[in-house]
Amino acid sequence: MIEIKDLHKSYRMGSNSLHVLKGINFSVEDGELVAIMGSSGSGKSTLLNILGMLDVADSGSYHLDGVPIKDLSETKAAQYRNKFLGFIFQSFNLINYKNAIENVALPLYYQRIGRKERQEKALKYLERVGLKQWATHLPSELSGGQKQRVAIARAMAAEPKVLLADEPTGALDSTTSYEVMDLIQKINDEGNTILVVTHEEDIAHMCKRIVHLKDGVIVEDKMVEQVRAAQYVQ
Amino acid sequence: MFSRDTWKEIFEAMSKNKLRTFLTGFTVALGIFIFVTLFGMGNGLQNTFNEFFGQDAVNVLRIYPSQTTLPYGGYKAKRQIEFENDDLEAIAKEFAPFIDYMTPQINNGGTVTYKNESDNYSNRGVGPGMQWAEKNILMKGRYINNKDIRDRTKVAVIGRMVEKDLFNGDNPIGEYIAMGESVFRVVGVYQDDGGDNEERYIYIPFTTRQLIEGNNDKLGQIIIGFKESLGYTGAMDFQNKLDAFMRQRKVISPKDPRGIFIQNIADQLKQNQQFAGALQLIISAIAFAVIISGVIGISNIMVFVVKERTKEIGIRKAMGATPRLITSGIMLESIFITAVFGFLGMLIGIIVLNAITGDTLKDDYFITKPSINLGLAFFVTILLVICGAIAAFVPARRAARIKPIVALRDE
Ligand SMILES: Nc1ncnc2c1ncn2[C@@H]1O[C@H](COP(=O)(O)OP(=O)(O)OP(=O)(O)O)[C@@H](O)[C@H]1O
Ligand SMILES: [Mg+2]
Repeated sequence: MIEIKDLHKSYRMGSNSLHVLKGINFSVEDGELVAIMGSSGSGKSTLLNILGMLDVADSGSYHLDGVPIKDLSETKAAQYRNKFLGFIFQSFNLINYKNAIENVALPLYYQRIGRKERQEKALKYLERVGLKQWATHLPSELSGGQKQRVAIARAMAAEPKVLLADEPTGALDSTTSYEVMDLIQKINDEGNTILVVTHEEDIAHMCKRIVHLKDGVIVEDKMVEQVRAAQYVQ
Repeated sequence: MFSRDTWKEIFEAMSKNKLRTFLTGFTVALGIFIFVTLFGMGNGLQNTFNEFFGQDAVNVLRIYPSQTTLPYGGYKAKRQIEFENDDLEAIAKEFAPFIDYMTPQINNGGTVTYKNESDNYSNRGVGPGMQWAEKNILMKGRYINNKDIRDRTKVAVIGRMVEKDLFNGDNPIGEYIAMGESVFRVVGVYQDDGGDNEERYIYIPFTTRQLIEGNNDKLGQIIIGFKESLGYTGAMDFQNKLDAFMRQRKVISPKDPRGIFIQNIADQLKQNQQFAGALQLIISAIAFAVIISGVIGISNIMVFVVKERTKEIGIRKAMGATPRLITSGIMLESIFITAVFGFLGMLIGIIVLNAITGDTLKDDYFITKPSINLGLAFFVTILLVICGAIAAFVPARRAARIKPIVALRDE
């Protein structure tokens, strides 16, 4: 599903250049649930953003579902993001003047799906994350956990090939975090490929594979026994 | 681009961001409103000028005698110049090809009595030509004619207001009114577009006036209606020649600023029209400045709107919005708001212009029937919409080009 080879990325700040990714080789199969770990500043978000086509690498190759991702125009990148990818952010990134269902329906709008079908689909995914009755509430009326669940519904609504989550539980307390992880595990159970960036060991162990980043390279890449989040959720 | 969905998305963004929508719209509506009303008032001013100077004949010269200020030709300074009957004849002879009609005007006034009613009125000793000079319109009877002048008859032509005030609905024709020591028979009633005050004069034959004044031959001022075919330059030429002729006749230094004075309505009208035109130009300039500041206002708001929406744009891009969709969304929103509020402002402006048409405005501020050419109003509104679209395009395109990762980081 994802295949990257010798990926490099530097940030230029004035005359200095910060080499963040120093040759990443890494592939993800269909249906995997991968945790990306590493200390702060190790380049986790940078890697995820490149995978999400929100940012571009300096060198190296990247194939997504067999499609080479290289020198994309903004328009093409937008279309690929829309077709292939769903995003879950630490800070939720909901549009504050749109209510829950409108937020969930947004990627469907860019897929040119009709209004009625959009509404139906959005409501279906809101129901999946247990927020059907909150459909018409604005983000400001929702708790952090609820907001993240709306964001997950939004990421899933487009039915992407890969879900990319950058510290999805970073802004949540542990109980809420487990609820969110429970949801992510269930989505993965249905065969969706998911990458989760996290700081927290317990969250990482709820995935099936852990990739460790250090100083811009992968220092460890191991399969783990998945801890089910459901047991911590009433 | 113009699908129902696009518009739904735009309306949603507008209605959920009411303050922003209102601020943009208000700027536009206010700009157009001020433009329309200002421009309309300018037109109103010009209307007043045209009306004011349109009431008397335009191709008219008035020659006034006065005191000389320079000694000349053996005469001392401070000599009172007076016109006499033979001056009238001399002018008529010398300038026949230029002249349409001519009349002296000897001003006088006093109590006028009819039966039990009496009031003070100005009267003017004039010739038949006065009717054309003043553009008097006869309502009843006749005007002063050549026979009156020759026979020095005691007849009077009265204004509509004189009839109204003195006659209580009686027909004044053939009735007698007392003016000073004399009694005059009313032979005509006139009206005048120049307003009520122009209808409070009483005209009598100038020869009758001379008879009353001890059978003299003094004329007061002389009014000359010259041929329209002379044109502006021809009229000025005639005026100069007439001035020279009269100075020679009356032995007045060509350098004397006084002695005689010629007032040329055509020249005055032209100057006044130029003045009104200049005023209208200034008002137009102000009005266009308002439009420009409106455009600047929209630009500022659009820069602010785009900045405020950077994060939203990042989110939309992450969800799959193409740069084109982002740009067109912001532009359509801007065009829609400027168009709707622009035409609203224009409409209110036109309504206000129609509402303020009234006598107070006319009498106190010299504004008559303020109005704006509808085509111009539309043109300016569309201009503002186009400028608004251009003003929105630059920040919109910049926003569309921001890398999503940068936009998302925006707080
Ligand atoms: N746009 C940028 N310009 C310059 N430097 C950047 C930029 N984005 C990230 N960096 C730097 O690159 C390095 C890696 O950043 P990155 O966000 O990928 O780290 P991270 O592993 O996600 O850290 P954290 O766990 O704190 O989120 C950091 O040193 C960061 O300061
Ligand atoms: Mg990070």
